[in-house]
Amino acid sequence: MAIPGQKQLTHLEEFMEGIWKQNPVFVMVLGMCPTLAVSVSAVNSLSMGLATAFVLVCSTLLVSLIRKLVPKEVRIATYIVIIATFVTVVDYLIQAISLTVYEALGAFIQLIVVNCIILGRAEAHASKNPPLRTVINALGMGIGFTIGLFALGSVREILGAGKLFGIPLFGPDFQPWVVMVLPPGGFFVLGAWLLLFNWLDSRKSGVARGEPVEGRVHG
Amino acid sequence: MDDISVGQIFVSAVLANNFVLAMFLGLCPFLGVSGKLNTAAPMGAATTFVMLVASLCAFGLNWLVVHFQLEFLRLISYIVVIASAVQLVEMALKKYSPALFRALGIYLPLITTNCAVLGVALFQTAREYSFLQALTFAAGAGTGFTLALVLMAGLRERLNLAKVPNVVQGTALSLMLAGTLSLAFMGFAGLGAGE
Repeated sequence: MAIPGQKQLTHLEEFMEGIWKQNPVFVMVLGMCPTLAVSVSAVNSLSMGLATAFVLVCSTLLVSLIRKLVPKEVRIATYIVIIATFVTVVDYLIQAISLTVYEALGAFIQLIVVNCIILGRAEAHASKNPPLRTVINALGMGIGFTIGLFALGSVREILGAGKLFGIPLFGPDFQPWVVMVLPPGGFFVLGAWLLLFNWLDSRKSGVARGEPVEGRVHG
Repeated sequence: MDDISVGQIFVSAVLANNFVLAMFLGLCPFLGVSGKLNTAAPMGAATTFVMLVASLCAFGLNWLVVHFQLEFLRLISYIVVIASAVQLVEMALKKYSPALFRALGIYLPLITTNCAVLGVALFQTAREYSFLQALTFAAGAGTGFTLALVLMAGLRERLNLAKVPNVVQGTALSLMLAGTLSLAFMGFAGLGAGE
């Protein structure tokens, strides 16, 4: 973000921002609805992540290109219409490529429109930065989102079905932990990931400062 | 889809297929506004109202886009209508209850990007509900959302008084709580119309 007084990030840093420092799933905790709903298997989460990344990159690029033409009052409405257009494109694209994936993701492809990450990026980044920088940042965010989804989806598939990408891992005697692929499992697994990151974080800064840190509170 | 009774749809949307806890829709306000009981209930009511308006409009719009064979415009028209409905609620609240308007803050305009609202419109289209069924579905979804929000707020108010380790605090704790609630709501599975 181009906040005055702050050092301009290099392109690589801009790219890594979304993957690590500002990871949309684990750090910003945005776009949780599709994250939790489709992350029942690794394949689903990968396709959802890629679809979201595509919409993210295309719409932020367009928003960045027209950022000087759009009046301030109607900017959100404009962004939403742009995003909805690209989501419609993705919707038809997935339908054409793989009907199985399309049916597995269901309404959640169309619900990419209301994914807070995309609108958030359009508003916080694309509307203030030139196209190249925006695309790099959006790519990082998209990949970060996909990684986050994959981390959730693979854990849930391994625990809940004993498989990864549909390939059995533990042999026939494995008793699947069904609750993990059901709705509560989504909450628990994401909670556990956040716990892990909080713990690593508090250990790191605890070592540095020699005191326990306050837990972060997200919106 | 004419064989499903209105009562079944309502019960299913409130309990068995609760929008927040079973279908993961509308999680942002669910985790964001559920800190206090006295903002949770009005937030639920506002969302329910928007859902009803959205469902009403979506029914008309769907007829229009099918009639003119413009199905690819469906999503875009839905989201524009929802955004306008939210604007309406925002203006009404600002006029009649400024205190509540301030308490809800950023989460009020964010109803636009609440997936539960768009979800209602999309699901009623996908399931080909009749007019009455669609409205019942929206009312049920709104009630379910409010119920989840109020339950969560009650739990979190209690939890504020409890001693929790630092590491767990914040979103991680909320998510664990939501998971437990969701587990409880699984007991309703099979009630109502099902999928």
